[in-house]
Amino acid sequence: MSFVRSHVLVCGGTGCTASDSPKVIAEFEKQFAEFKLSDEVRVIKTGCFGLCALGPIVVVYPEGTFYSSIKVEDVKEIVSEHILKGRLVERLLYKEAGAEGHTHSLNDTQFYKKQKRIALRGCGVINPEEIDEAIAYDGYRALATCLTEKSREEVIQIVTASGLRGRGGAGFPTGMKWKFAAAAEDPVKYVCCNADEGDPGAFMDRSVLEGNPHSVIEAMEIAAYAIGAAQGYIYIRAEYPIAVQRLKIAIDQAKEYGFLGKNIFGTDFSFDLEIRLGAGAFVCGEETALLASIEGHRGEPRPRPPFPAVKGLFGKPTLLNNVETYANIPWIINNGAEAFAAIGTEKSKGTKVFALGGKITNTGLVEIPMGTTLREIVEEIGGGIPNGKKFKAAQTGGPSGGCIPLSLIDTPLDYENMASIGSIIGSGGLIVMDEDNCMVDIAKFFLGFTTDESCGKCSPCRIGTKRMHDILEKITVGKGTMEDIALLEELCTHIKENALCGLGQTAPNPILSTLKHFRHEYEAHVIDKRCPAGICKDLLQYKILPEKCAGCTACSRVCPANAITGEVKNPHVIDQAKCIKCGTCVQKCKFEAIIKE
Amino acid sequence: MKSLEDLKKIREEMQQKINIRTGDENRTRVVVGMATCGIAAGARPVLAALVDEVSRRKLQQVTVTQTGCIGVCRLEPIIEVLEPGKEKVTYVKVTEEKVKKIVSEHLANGRVVEEYTIGAAE
Repeated sequence: MSFVRSHVLVCGGTGCTASDSPKVIAEFEKQFAEFKLSDEVRVIKTGCFGLCALGPIVVVYPEGTFYSSIKVEDVKEIVSEHILKGRLVERLLYKEAGAEGHTHSLNDTQFYKKQKRIALRGCGVINPEEIDEAIAYDGYRALATCLTEKSREEVIQIVTASGLRGRGGAGFPTGMKWKFAAAAEDPVKYVCCNADEGDPGAFMDRSVLEGNPHSVIEAMEIAAYAIGAAQGYIYIRAEYPIAVQRLKIAIDQAKEYGFLGKNIFGTDFSFDLEIRLGAGAFVCGEETALLASIEGHRGEPRPRPPFPAVKGLFGKPTLLNNVETYANIPWIINNGAEAFAAIGTEKSKGTKVFALGGKITNTGLVEIPMGTTLREIVEEIGGGIPNGKKFKAAQTGGPSGGCIPLSLIDTPLDYENMASIGSIIGSGGLIVMDEDNCMVDIAKFFLGFTTDESCGKCSPCRIGTKRMHDILEKITVGKGTMEDIALLEELCTHIKENALCGLGQTAPNPILSTLKHFRHEYEAHVIDKRCPAGICKDLLQYKILPEKCAGCTACSRVCPANAITGEVKNPHVIDQAKCIKCGTCVQKCKFEAIIKE
Repeated sequence: MKSLEDLKKIREEMQQKINIRTGDENRTRVVVGMATCGIAAGARPVLAALVDEVSRRKLQQVTVTQTGCIGVCRLEPIIEVLEPGKEKVTYVKVTEEKVKKIVSEHLANGRVVEEYTIGAAE
């Protein structure tokens, strides 16, 4: 690779790949050849930039110009104007919601300003398929330091002092986990990585593996050195094909460079790493089920203790951490435990990656210091709620988590605060809801998910989640009673206490937290037989206001159920027995004569 | 098998190649006028020569970039050298030959080539 004057970075993450970034990359190469620029400009496929809603993302360096939503047809203009003549293509620049004019550079956006990218440090910067680029950004430097300058105890000491806690959901102190695994006396130990990211809406682990897979490989080696293991496994779901492929390339390149294998950096430390594909069962994200699945057994949890640190994979002491947890490790070694501990709150150190989704302008991935408030995430980084709607609540932690209502929007997000308000940080999924979301319906959605994903081994979870779902169903169709709400609460408590693993123990959380903060919505469904948000179809009625209806017949022509009748220029009527509540008539009516109640 | 030294070497070599992706305030920027007037006057080969020379001399602190019309089209090709904390230097009617001297004198050794500057031309 010779000196080039400009680098064009195109996102090759899953989000942008879905919006055709491979074609954009190919078109850039074609245009560079046509303009005879191939020698001086390079196009580089990177991992995720985080702003997935605006993909494909293209960033041109050295200026750092930030283009969004680039189509194949736009490429020629960028090459002929910007790359050749140095004139920015204004119309393609990223435009920030609510801001005047265009934003030229990525780092100037509200979306990036408040972020601190540690786990995502290489994503959107390096080409994940070239180990040399990872090395340029300090890849494998931390491993070299650990192997040649630090003792096993010192490494564990650094991780402990950093205050890093498990990013997979439970928030267990990582240093302590390493200490337990190191203390187990057995010549054979294993290091595993949990990349079975299953929460609906969470995709930070995928992004790390797609954008900077070497950071995870390096961290697993550091962990193996610290606890005394020689073999590692990455358990990743087969639904992440791009991540799997980049991981394979990264492992091959690391082996070629001798960063994996025997006598790494000339020391007596040897380590080998293999990938195990999961078939995408949610329960396999639970540690004992995951280890059973690696062994080739059915992915079912088992009671703990013994904990994996004592008796894990193949009956041997095993260290299991999540992808994002690992991704922090090399940074901590390179920058020191103090630098990491200086970020965040008293008990929750460092940063956390959140996947923003739902009713929010900037859908995507953000990494922010622990203790950032939900308001900052939603209003500043997330760009607010589209269509002028009002914030109602945010659901965090997916099916294991709960919701945060508007009244608690200024709570600093960390492990302790989240637990105290009845939610969890979890893996970092953050779904924003506005006034059009029905909280009972949300709880029902998550219970539907856990009911499907329950492995069936223990009855509290297998039968309990189904019963809870049934009751929610009953409430949303308007047949619920106040006794049902009481029964629901009783079931929640019982299942929480008696389920075998985390899946069942946390499954009631979406119900408990919506009951806590939005009990009035449940009661509206039960007592008034009304859905305040207008979501639950069985509790809705569409009506035509005779005084506003001009009799234009637009509604009766679009009604798919032929439920609307009336004479021309006379008020129309909806036959409630036929109406399927699709809402098409409301969109068609020019006189605002049709209402939902 | 890579040793610690190899790792360090790769890191240093690669950093030079990708350092244009880091927004370092202390870099020298060399800007080439690449509007229609510049291109017509021969800015393309000038830019190519500039990139070659900078690369040959491994000048890590130099970014070569391009810009639009600077406004004095009759003096194109124009290149400007912007060093942090120093006054901007504008070279006019630049050729591939002049580029070699500008790089070796100004960019590598910090001596402005007065005879090629806009002051000397006017």
